[in-house]
Amino acid sequence: MSTTDPYSAQERETTEGTVYTVTGGDWDELLDSVSTDEHDDRIVINMGPQHPSTHGVLRLVLELEGETVTQARSVIGYLHTGIEKNCEYRTWTQGVTFVTRMDYLAPLFNEAAYCLGVEKLLDVEVPRRAQLIRVLLMEINRIGSHLVCLATGGMELGALTGMTAGFREREEVLHLLEYLTGLRMNHAFIRPGGLAQDLPEDWKEKVLDFVKVMKSRLPDYDNLLTGQPIWKQRLEGVGYLPVDGCLALGATGPILRSAGLAWDLRKIEPYSSYEEFEFEVPTATEADCYARYRLRVAEIHESLKIIEQACAKIEPGSVMVEDRKIAWPAQLSIGSDGMGNSLEHVRKIMGQSMESLIHHFKLVTEGFHVPPGQVYSTVESPRGELGYHLVSDGGTRPVRVHVRDPSFVNLQTMPAMSEGGMVADVIAAVASIDPVMGGVDR
Amino acid sequence: MTEPTGTSKDDQEPTGGTQSSAEESGAAQAEHRAAGGTEPEAGEVEQTPDPTGIAAAPEGGTRLAPTRERSGMFGVRGSGDTSGFGGLRLPGYAPAPAERPYGGWFDELADELAEAFDRRGIARSAVRQITIDRGEITFYVEPQRILEVCRALRDEPDLRFELCSSVSGVDYTAPDGAEVDQPLHVVYHLLSMTWRRRIRLEVALDPADPHVPSVVSVYPTADWHERETWDMFGVVFDGHPALTRILMPDDWQGHPQRKDYPLGGIPVEYKGAEIPPPDERRAYS
Repeated sequence: MSTTDPYSAQERETTEGTVYTVTGGDWDELLDSVSTDEHDDRIVINMGPQHPSTHGVLRLVLELEGETVTQARSVIGYLHTGIEKNCEYRTWTQGVTFVTRMDYLAPLFNEAAYCLGVEKLLDVEVPRRAQLIRVLLMEINRIGSHLVCLATGGMELGALTGMTAGFREREEVLHLLEYLTGLRMNHAFIRPGGLAQDLPEDWKEKVLDFVKVMKSRLPDYDNLLTGQPIWKQRLEGVGYLPVDGCLALGATGPILRSAGLAWDLRKIEPYSSYEEFEFEVPTATEADCYARYRLRVAEIHESLKIIEQACAKIEPGSVMVEDRKIAWPAQLSIGSDGMGNSLEHVRKIMGQSMESLIHHFKLVTEGFHVPPGQVYSTVESPRGELGYHLVSDGGTRPVRVHVRDPSFVNLQTMPAMSEGGMVADVIAAVASIDPVMGGVDR
Repeated sequence: MTEPTGTSKDDQEPTGGTQSSAEESGAAQAEHRAAGGTEPEAGEVEQTPDPTGIAAAPEGGTRLAPTRERSGMFGVRGSGDTSGFGGLRLPGYAPAPAERPYGGWFDELADELAEAFDRRGIARSAVRQITIDRGEITFYVEPQRILEVCRALRDEPDLRFELCSSVSGVDYTAPDGAEVDQPLHVVYHLLSMTWRRRIRLEVALDPADPHVPSVVSVYPTADWHERETWDMFGVVFDGHPALTRILMPDDWQGHPQRKDYPLGGIPVEYKGAEIPPPDERRAYS
């Protein structure tokens, strides 16, 4: 063993026993140094939080007997940001900027669920155009999120072409969202009462071009992964969780639907005029990783259907509530120095109307008052039920913003899916849960 | 909901309106509505608290303590005084008890719950108060009864709340230091997939002795939720299999989501001016 190699296997003694640090490629050295009679019963392996196969900064603690996992536990909190606490020190509008950063692969779902809650507290209904644009954006976002799940899931299982293909298509999603909202991620585009601004003029052509591109490329996934024997063997019968296990552990989204229950909040509790759209809720009964993979691909196809319908439905109109006590005082526009308040609005508040200036100042600095009470608003995010519990005491800031993030809840199913299986199947199970650590840890 | 083109506040005075009525207690709200204020939503029930009304509810109960008083400055509403120095004091907000009929499926649910309590030998006083607000029903439950109530809600065929969506805490401690009775709340959101209903259970705790039975034996999914609530609010869930911190480091001191726990932050200098950290900036509410 070369002692100068800093990456070679190291060992040290602790009260719990000998601890080895393994970096990969040095298994032979490790096996040489582990005497079989001393370690015959069990070995505890710590994976992560910095590991390419744990789907983010997730730490897995696995107790192994040979290759079999006897106990699995996940350790979270490495990406805790205190967003919920921070929201209590900002206005209701500023909260959007925070919540969009939680589940960073589904920012528009966070914004929409939060805004639906604030609007329920305010008892306002956003204009139809804004509702439909929200649907359009959420479905584009759903495609992007599912593509990342396929891509990273493929990478974690060694299907690297799946990763490059998935991220290539996701780039199309991000380009489109950047064109529509101004930002690739963390959009803060959906605001309480409507949208931050209207879509650019030629949005429809861009969206339909995107649909065309996606329709031409999605069959590649069937060629690359769906029927591929290695992919099937890695996923079929792995990570099994039947419907009673899902309900007990609170799993929703593709995990629940892969166990046969067609539970989709877009159908069950329609919000943002989803009741007008025609789409299927794909389900499977195998309740394994392969079923979840197939459901995600099928959901991308359904999202494309919804996007096409939304394009046909969206008509000109306002994208913000009429109530001037809630609506942001200025529509943004692009000037010579970038995006900002429209010149017309600046002229009005600076030159013509003192009252408008006061109004603008108070709404922007102080925010609007939200009547006291509490609501729980939900949307169907790509990972399941995303719920926001919002509490107001009548002020301009929330008393409490609690997020029921589906990744957080679904990750609890990891031990049920992987205990008793092979250590390599843990990776497949975690990939099929698709936890986003920004949402898990918040 | 109102028409999509407008909102309920279109016809209100800029400084008055529905917000000020919602600030006030339920009785004042009823007066406001009697005087031609906004109508309650269709399918919902107007809440007019009245002593006989509470007794008429099968579960009975007592009013919850109001949260915090609100006063003067820029939040002033309901008077012509916009100077901001009106010295007006508004009573704290307390959720008003609902009165029969609740409307929609709420009556059916309350009846079935009361019957389930009788069958299972749970005192009806386990539910202190029922509040219906914005189309959502909240049961304020006695903390020591929460596990039995959850078991009844999950197992009774007429109730069947199979899924516990979330468990979390709310700290209603007043920022101005006003006295609030039992400000630490634990909130449970339950979902019945069979009947497609959502309800909310809430228990109020004393921060000096924040103990509540764990519901993990009924809803295994509550495991991480309760750990998070312990981590963030310091609520002790008795009977939880392993009540340890989940988001904060294991050796962390304090419970960050409590209102007396500072947000933290440092002042930032921007173009010569010093911007204080968020929790030290001027608040308008």
